[in-house]
Amino acid sequence: MGENIIELVNLTKKYGDFTAVDSLNLSIKKGEVFGLLGPNGAGKSTTILMLLGLTEPTSGSVKVCGIDPVTKPIEVKKRVGYLPEDVGFYSQMTGWENLMFTARLNSLTGSESARKVDSLLERVGLQNARNKKTGEYSRGMLQRLGLAEVLIKNPEVIILDEPTLGIDPAGMVELLQLIVRLSREGGITVLFSSHYLHQVQEVCDRVGIFVGGKLIAEGNLQELSQKLFTGSPYVIEVGLFYDNINYENKKPEEWLFETLKKIEGVIKVKPGRNGFDIECMRDATPEIARAIVESGAGLHYLNKKEYGLDEIYYRYFEGGKNHE
Amino acid sequence: MNNQEGAACSSVGMSAEKSGKLFSHFKGPAFYKPDNRVIHPFNVIVQKEISDQVRSWRFVILVIIISLTCLGSMYTALSNIKDAIKPNDPEGTFLFLKIFTVSDGIMPSFVVFIGFLGPLLGISLGFDTINSEQNNRTLSRILSQPIHRDYLLNAKFVAALTVISVMFFALGFLVMGFGLITIGIPPTPDEFLRIIFFIIISIVYVAFWLNLSIFFSVIFRQPATSALSGIAIWLFFSVFYSMIVDLIMKGMVPQGLATENQVINFEMMRLNLLRLSPSELFSDATTTLLMPGVRSLGPLSMIQLIGTIPGPLPLGQSLLLVWPQITGLIAGTIICFILSYVFFMRKEIRSR
Repeated sequence: MGENIIELVNLTKKYGDFTAVDSLNLSIKKGEVFGLLGPNGAGKSTTILMLLGLTEPTSGSVKVCGIDPVTKPIEVKKRVGYLPEDVGFYSQMTGWENLMFTARLNSLTGSESARKVDSLLERVGLQNARNKKTGEYSRGMLQRLGLAEVLIKNPEVIILDEPTLGIDPAGMVELLQLIVRLSREGGITVLFSSHYLHQVQEVCDRVGIFVGGKLIAEGNLQELSQKLFTGSPYVIEVGLFYDNINYENKKPEEWLFETLKKIEGVIKVKPGRNGFDIECMRDATPEIARAIVESGAGLHYLNKKEYGLDEIYYRYFEGGKNHE
Repeated sequence: MNNQEGAACSSVGMSAEKSGKLFSHFKGPAFYKPDNRVIHPFNVIVQKEISDQVRSWRFVILVIIISLTCLGSMYTALSNIKDAIKPNDPEGTFLFLKIFTVSDGIMPSFVVFIGFLGPLLGISLGFDTINSEQNNRTLSRILSQPIHRDYLLNAKFVAALTVISVMFFALGFLVMGFGLITIGIPPTPDEFLRIIFFIIISIVYVAFWLNLSIFFSVIFRQPATSALSGIAIWLFFSVFYSMIVDLIMKGMVPQGLATENQVINFEMMRLNLLRLSPSELFSDATTTLLMPGVRSLGPLSMIQLIGTIPGPLPLGQSLLLVWPQITGLIAGTIICFILSYVFFMRKEIRSR
């Protein structure tokens, strides 16, 4: 993909003795959807604030679209749309009025603003609520209004801080799909922070895991799982049932156990819930299936387990704790 | 400045009539209008803030309170004005100014009312300037728009000041108008200018309290705390400060046979201490302006008084007399503004 649109070098932010962000190095390419993942207080929001020039880094450098937000915050803010965590609007104004205000802050003319606000309200599905005061909006509607607001300035980069916080699951999926669609259609780079794993997994091209102010891993899901689970990246779960067939005077379990172990690439065979859990170096699913069928045992199911962010996340936290 | 006028007009609901049928559903600030102008972001915020202020309940309540006091003081002034003019009064030619200063001893005069209610007005327009934005979680959203951070603070100050100015000028002219109708004697140009200066000084005085409360709104997260701090300082200066000064000065009264110099020094020190209070500065400035007979704000020795003919000062001389007071008020205003500016610029903008 193209050039780096966000470039952080040795970025550090300290509050007194407390280091919120610790020599962070990160680059994000144009058009990417990047998920910043980490527990509360990991320094995600602080990093985002530094990207926008809303707080100054203690040391290190930030470049957004090639511009330093410390010295030229206005230039950065023209290109970057930011949806803060738990966004609020002026409750005495309608959704339309709130967006109009933002549009005019971005130096658009009145007619341009009106056209844009109307089309964006329709795009996020709020056209029916345009004349309702935002004080009466639900959480999900506010988030969608926030997204529309972010898009007013035709941003090159969208930064979303916990965009799905406090929204019901259906609304969450809808919002995430909207974000991804926007990114794909407009070639917009999206950076969002979250502590929910599933959302990040669903929509992000790349993920960075953030713990205690440090980025401890980054990459796409496969890369991350390969890095983490070196030795046994694949786990295949089989569910079996046995007829009373004897093979070479052994119980079918034992026979299967021996056979499976011999398959190339298999590292470890463990008794599982209804059968075995087989850890292997490579995807050995076909061989395993053949072996089981040949053994005469009944195969209920065969499940290739891929590591999700959950596992990655917990693995890292365990790792992080062990470090300390 | 056109934009601001537009905002002021439309916020009182005149935009609909002005701009015809097409935009009749666009009530509110001028930046809602789908025209082809680009409004400077600073003016956009000013427009929005003026519209917010004028539409808020708080403003309605304040207008009601102030109009009532205005009516009350005007009624007493107009019913007592015939007794206010004494023969040989040096201010006899300034009948019109009496409307602002005469009281029957029960109901305070207009000037005293403004001196008392002005701080309340300033504090209530400013105490939630920044912290309400933060509590509504709109601050980080607005500051992530391509505007300088100080625009928000400055625009809010300008908006509140505009609202106050419009209100005070309207009040002043209304009082003048009623006075004109009732007593039938038009004000001389000198009187008119004195009233204009009085209004301007009142605005500066309210601006001081406005800035003080904006400062509290920057440093205190809770609007209630910030309002209370403002009110506490106002009460301190208007009730307790003179008592404290009296207490201190009691211990320093010159004993026995004091020379004239000692007495004068003592009196000057007492006055200077009192003048640390903005309300004292305001009342000094306004009484001098509205009572042209006042020739000095400090003690005068017999030698200075010998041979003087009691007569009113010309406007220029009155202004010269209160120039230090005006400077003091403006300086206080600027100090408060700088404080809030510095604190706001260094603040980290968290979304919550």
